[in-house]
Amino acid sequence: MQTETINEQIDAAVAPIEITGGDAVMRALVAEGVETIFGYPGGAIMPIYDALYDYRDHLEHILVRHEQGGIHAGQGYARTSGKTGIVFATSGPGATNLVTGLADAMIDSTPLVCITGQVFAHLLGTDAFQETDVINITTPVTKWNYQVTDANEIPEALAKAFYIAKSGRPGPVLIDITKNAQVQKFNYTGYKTCNHIRSYRPKPVVRKEFTTAAAAMINKAERPLVIFGQGVILGCAENEFKAFIEKSGMPAAWTILGLSALSTDHPLNVGMLGMHGNYGPNMLTNECDVLIAVGMRFDDRVTGRLDRYAKQAKVIHLDIDPSEIDKNVKADVPVWGDCKETLPMITALLEKKDHRQWVNKFSECMEKEKEAVINEELNPSTDSLTMGEVIEQLNVLTKGDAIIVTDVGQHQMVACRYAKFNQTKSNITSGGLGTMGFALPAAIGAKYGAKDRTVVAVIGDGGIQMTIQELGTIMQNNINVKILILNNRFLGMVRQWQDLFNEKRYSFVDIASPDYVAVAKGYKIEGNSIEERKDLINALETMLNHDGPYLLEVFVGKENNVFPMVPQGCGVSEIRLK
Amino acid sequence: MKQEYTLTIYTENQVGLLNRIAIMFSRRKINIESMNTSPSEIEGIHRFNILINETEDVVRKIGRQIEKQVDVLKAYFNTNDTIIWQELALYKVPTDVIAEKVKVERLLRTYGARVVAIMSDYTIFETTGQREETDTLLKVLGEYGLIEFVRSARIAIIKDSKGFHEKLKEFELAEPTHHIIDEPISADEAASKVV
Repeated sequence: MQTETINEQIDAAVAPIEITGGDAVMRALVAEGVETIFGYPGGAIMPIYDALYDYRDHLEHILVRHEQGGIHAGQGYARTSGKTGIVFATSGPGATNLVTGLADAMIDSTPLVCITGQVFAHLLGTDAFQETDVINITTPVTKWNYQVTDANEIPEALAKAFYIAKSGRPGPVLIDITKNAQVQKFNYTGYKTCNHIRSYRPKPVVRKEFTTAAAAMINKAERPLVIFGQGVILGCAENEFKAFIEKSGMPAAWTILGLSALSTDHPLNVGMLGMHGNYGPNMLTNECDVLIAVGMRFDDRVTGRLDRYAKQAKVIHLDIDPSEIDKNVKADVPVWGDCKETLPMITALLEKKDHRQWVNKFSECMEKEKEAVINEELNPSTDSLTMGEVIEQLNVLTKGDAIIVTDVGQHQMVACRYAKFNQTKSNITSGGLGTMGFALPAAIGAKYGAKDRTVVAVIGDGGIQMTIQELGTIMQNNINVKILILNNRFLGMVRQWQDLFNEKRYSFVDIASPDYVAVAKGYKIEGNSIEERKDLINALETMLNHDGPYLLEVFVGKENNVFPMVPQGCGVSEIRLK
Repeated sequence: MKQEYTLTIYTENQVGLLNRIAIMFSRRKINIESMNTSPSEIEGIHRFNILINETEDVVRKIGRQIEKQVDVLKAYFNTNDTIIWQELALYKVPTDVIAEKVKVERLLRTYGARVVAIMSDYTIFETTGQREETDTLLKVLGEYGLIEFVRSARIAIIKDSKGFHEKLKEFELAEPTHHIIDEPISADEAASKVV
């Protein structure tokens, strides 16, 4: 059966037909245009997997090795494809293994629909085998969740789930379906997608007076600074954003989730904000006269100490989520709404300008940062390799066209600082939650979400060991992801803090690694390990040119620190260059 | 400055929503002084009243977080001077004490207590009022062998509220948010405590 025919059948099914709950789940997925599912079967979700067996030609199911891997893969898929990630897990431990991924997707606004099996409804609350109260466990980490105990509810519950996950500020939704509902036969009358829930307002009303006020404030500004986050990507407003900053020549700096929304070589792209961001954007946040935040939420890693953050500036905050406005930084002009809508309204009223002198200040800061940090990082005088030069060589070979998936820690900060991106949806990382173990499974999903693109997972020696089992998923499906392990033989970021703030009391950061090439080989994945500069380009080239998955381990300097750094509890202008 | 705030939340009638709202407070380690859920003036729509002691800034942020929940229609917060509120209290007192001591009967009358049940060994009184009133009677009866006491959550009506009927119509429009408001926000609206 072709997908279209199934769709027609789904729409045309006016006369009720008798199907099982499991079948209804499949029909919902097909109707929603789902192509890929990441999941792991188990007792309480077996009827859904049984129904999936009949749909295996239209729904590609990737069997992961652990549910956490499944949900991170779903996240990676959602982030590169712009679609909703789908995850299946069974009850009990299957469901609890989703929690980290749900929390990650919640804080990073990633649209997911997770379907968990649950014990029979009559066993709820009896401590049945593999029963866990998944609804209450996941309430704080889901945008919405719902337990289905009757098959009749399935079409509507899933329609709501898809609508809620993707609309407004996206987020994860979990639908828990008891086993009796999965096997229950009911009269199915077709699937209707949901586009309205009366108690739910995905987008706030746009108020013209605020877009007008924002434009007036920007027109009067002498030193405007735009800071942008993932809202630009989630709103598909990359072009609108570019037109906005270009019209009045405003420098723009990004949060790590905003990275790749604007090409890294754009002349107005002045770099990264926050704790390990660039010197200029951090210093000059405290010198700008108008700060324009677009689709970002003023995370503490971006702002440092709030009472020393941009106190001199008027703040304009554009966000689709009203609860983000005034949450951390008080906005003088709150522009509620989807930036896809609000940015053009503001741009239309902007005067053509270029703030050349002001933009030059960022270049001056960049020169200072190059001298103090970047030159040595990218062209080190030491024998040992640096993470920065590995990323730099990767840039040369991929020309900024690759999707880079990072884990969490030093390598993440270095990759975000130095990687080049020409295209949006190319930087996939665990930003808000900082989930080690994210990258390998997320890279799997990223590849399914953008099958024609090169996907490089950059991972530390700590993070890779947290979800290394997903090499099995890569092996079984021959998923063409490039795994680049930057091995400094330490839990580098914690060690850096112990170095800087705990008098080098290196408490349990000395982590041993297996022979990664041998591990990869065990999974029938080719690999290589290098530690000398002369081998770097060739090794990276071999990795990228290899037809299929490939693991490259690069040993880097053991005790390199990531700078610049805004120490915790300091203001952004207290940024340290060493 | 921390003070008493009463939140009024209009919601759908959905299993699990109580927990979703309650964790907004526990996440920030805020104690809920009292919580009441009941039907509202509209069939099928529930109304929460939650009493907390917090600063306006925190209450406003929590209000927005609550309103963001899919099954929540609207959240308001008010200080005590902008609402009419009541609590109900029940007191169980030994019947013989009431019978013997005329003073007690007079006290109960003074405080507007109503007899709900009379048994041979105990009598149950009820008062409705604000915290100070029910507290005072509690204290007084303590001296006369009070057996049991219970007080309900606060329920409140916002003085200048026009109810939810009109608001609901807006929510029920299929595409309530796809318009742009041209006229400026009114001074009233800007100053109101509506979240």
